[in-house]
Amino acid sequence: MVKITGIAFDPWEELSSFQTAMKREGEYGACANFVGTMRDMNEGDAVNGMFLEHYPGMTEKHLEKIVQAAKEQWEILETLVIHRVGELLPNDPIVLVAVWSAHRKDAFEASRFIMEDLKSKAPFWKKESLESTGQTAEKNRWVQKNTSGY
Amino acid sequence: MTQANDQMYEEAMQIKVLYFASLKELFGRSEEQLSVEGVSTVDDVWKLVSKGYDVSHQVLYSINQEYAHADALVKAGDEVAFFPPVTGG
Repeated sequence: MVKITGIAFDPWEELSSFQTAMKREGEYGACANFVGTMRDMNEGDAVNGMFLEHYPGMTEKHLEKIVQAAKEQWEILETLVIHRVGELLPNDPIVLVAVWSAHRKDAFEASRFIMEDLKSKAPFWKKESLESTGQTAEKNRWVQKNTSGY
Repeated sequence: MTQANDQMYEEAMQIKVLYFASLKELFGRSEEQLSVEGVSTVDDVWKLVSKGYDVSHQVLYSINQEYAHADALVKAGDEVAFFPPVTGG
């Protein structure tokens, strides 16, 4: 399942309720999950908040495509991808990627693959609100590029 | 369709163009319906809309919500989008 949400979400709550609802007890032996959370510092500057923009339609389609590509490469039982958009505050969860499989290799590798593809290709853009120090001229700035996770 | 109509169709086509993030701010708009002439690739569209602007970063292209190479062909009714490198997750 792929979900884009404009309101704050609790990844642990989502994991738990999705796992209960998917009704695959006994089938999965592994669940690998990744939670990305907003920090209050970036590139040496204090960050107060963040705006996350996306491309409604293309973003969802692209995430579905990544999940499909993972399913073709690994033995996956279920996947859950949730991504936040809109106004965020430090410590807000940004993204959850969870993969259930029979064995850990598939869950580990597929969740990594989904997360890295999401970071490098899914159409999302972050704009940070910087804490005013009197020295920084700009108060908002677009994040230029994601770093590689490998 | 008459020959005259065919010719008109080839000369000008209607497309929808979307801009995101820093490009949206630079151009001061998020989307527009354009009637374009003499355009065949998505890069032709980009050159047209970005003329006179100083875009210092890499720009990514999509056609109908799929990533597209610069030389991908655009046809009437397409939804074309331009945006900076993505920074989600």
